[in-house]
Amino acid sequence: MSLATLDAGRLAMHKRRQRVNTVALTLSLAAMAFGVFWLLWILFETFRLGIGGLNLAVFTEMTPPPQDEGGGLANAIYGSLIMVTLATCVGTPIGILAGIYLAEYGQKAWLGRITQFINDILLSAPSIVIGLFVGWVVVVQFKSYSGWAGVAALSLIVIPVVIRTTENMLTLVPHALREAAYALGTPKWKVIFSITLKSARAGVVTGVLLAVARIAGETAPLLFTALSNQFWSSDLSKPMASLPVTIFKFAMSPYENWQKLAWAGVFLITMGVLALNILARVFFRKQH
Amino acid sequence: MRAPWADRLFSLAAHSAAWLTLALLLGILISLVVGAMPAIREYGFSFLWRTEWDPVGDHYGGLVMIYGTLMTSVIALLIAVPVSFGIALFLTELSPNWLKRPLGIAVELLAAVPSIVYGMWGLLVFSPLLATYVQQPLQHLFKGVPVLGAFFSGPPVGIGLLSAGIILAIMIIPFIASVMRDVFEVTPPMLKESAYGLGSTTWEVMFKVVLPFTKTGVVGGIMLGLGRALGETMAVTFLIGNANQLNSLSLFEPANSITSALANEFAEAGEGLHQASLIYLGLVLFFITFVVLACSKLLLARLKKNEGSRT
Repeated sequence: MSLATLDAGRLAMHKRRQRVNTVALTLSLAAMAFGVFWLLWILFETFRLGIGGLNLAVFTEMTPPPQDEGGGLANAIYGSLIMVTLATCVGTPIGILAGIYLAEYGQKAWLGRITQFINDILLSAPSIVIGLFVGWVVVVQFKSYSGWAGVAALSLIVIPVVIRTTENMLTLVPHALREAAYALGTPKWKVIFSITLKSARAGVVTGVLLAVARIAGETAPLLFTALSNQFWSSDLSKPMASLPVTIFKFAMSPYENWQKLAWAGVFLITMGVLALNILARVFFRKQH
Repeated sequence: MRAPWADRLFSLAAHSAAWLTLALLLGILISLVVGAMPAIREYGFSFLWRTEWDPVGDHYGGLVMIYGTLMTSVIALLIAVPVSFGIALFLTELSPNWLKRPLGIAVELLAAVPSIVYGMWGLLVFSPLLATYVQQPLQHLFKGVPVLGAFFSGPPVGIGLLSAGIILAIMIIPFIASVMRDVFEVTPPMLKESAYGLGSTTWEVMFKVVLPFTKTGVVGGIMLGLGRALGETMAVTFLIGNANQLNSLSLFEPANSITSALANEFAEAGEGLHQASLIYLGLVLFFITFVVLACSKLLLARLKKNEGSRT
């Protein structure tokens, strides 16, 4: 083979490799655009349709019957706020304690390793299975849907999220810090509380915020625990309305006024959840 | 001597919180099994391949829902995996530095949007467009083609397996993409630089060096996304059409998934076989997601171990 044909072959191959590269990189760019495109589209539609349905009555009036003028989402917003707050209050301490156990006590113990694995399962268990569990235990055994059952289901979702972030953040704390405190004769509980937990504070709070953001939009675990309620109810032992379940009911209906309210609700939830996420990020960045 | 008892108390609290999570999982498993008992006793494993679901005649079988769950997840993966790879490639190799953070955050926010928002948007905004601009042309194109034609037959109304799968894909892209990005970023720069030094193109570096190096992590991430897709409820419930039928291969037909059957029927189901069958379905779903998660954990753990031995 002469040198010229060899060169030509190389050149052709070089050209082909470059073409493949260009095509692949273009596709990668397209994939990125594809991902961002959905986010923008969803946000755009939520804004467009949500703001149209938004007015003062949404916050002050109860959910209306179908095909009625006016009405709002006051009871649903209230129910969501109450249940999310209570679930966070129940789930956070348990989650933080278990996270402390994993990071400070159980690093090498069998209980630690098993808990870690189980926590991963709970973390990615379908939320509807959690709802099914609580629904079956509380509702079928005690024969009533209640706000408390909703709180229980939501806190079961909070716990694994908080455990995971607490553990991760605590293990990031350098060992020298702990050892310095021990060397001064500090008891273990005090080392954990005033040294490790304190220096991991930002991360732990971020985890709690993310957990709140997660349960604020959860619908599935509430469907057969808290059910829904058309009226104002602050009695947690009765069925309780929540924003996501109300949206679900209203969006699936053919009634125009319900759908409009559902869009307003979707707007509120999306903004709330995204705001929490961004807040968590900003908070975390500031501390680190 | 105040410290010893305070220490013991605190240690006890931390230990019991750990035990509580253990008890939670056991509690979930036991109560699901007990709740499903009537159905398990009635059908045994044949529940898994019976197609009948008839609350009026009180006969139940789970195949339609199990098929729906698996099929929508497969569609979601088919779309999400290549797109996620593209996104991860872009974020690690192509993107200018100032764009990396905002784009990363945008993708992660996509994961934060609640599923009910995807569902409502999918039903009211996306599915009509899908019907007109995708399903009808597809049907036209594949009319008369064997096998493929069967997939695209049926009413092009924008509700069914295909639309549920597409929405699921959008929902799991951020999960898969962020795992891929993370594992791509831990690839030793030396490895990439030597490939570049030999004259490889960016694509060759990614596809022939980085991807093989990180394949366990990538598969782990895909499994994580799959777990999400299998258990996703609201978005699927909005879009799958909730019809208990399995009489064609068509992806356009309304169908049902485990999660949407639970969401729609559990609150109304009377005690007895109907309720037990629904709980049985929940148990099956829990089992499937458990297996998928265990696989992904195993793979990611192996990756971690390898990393340790390399450094």
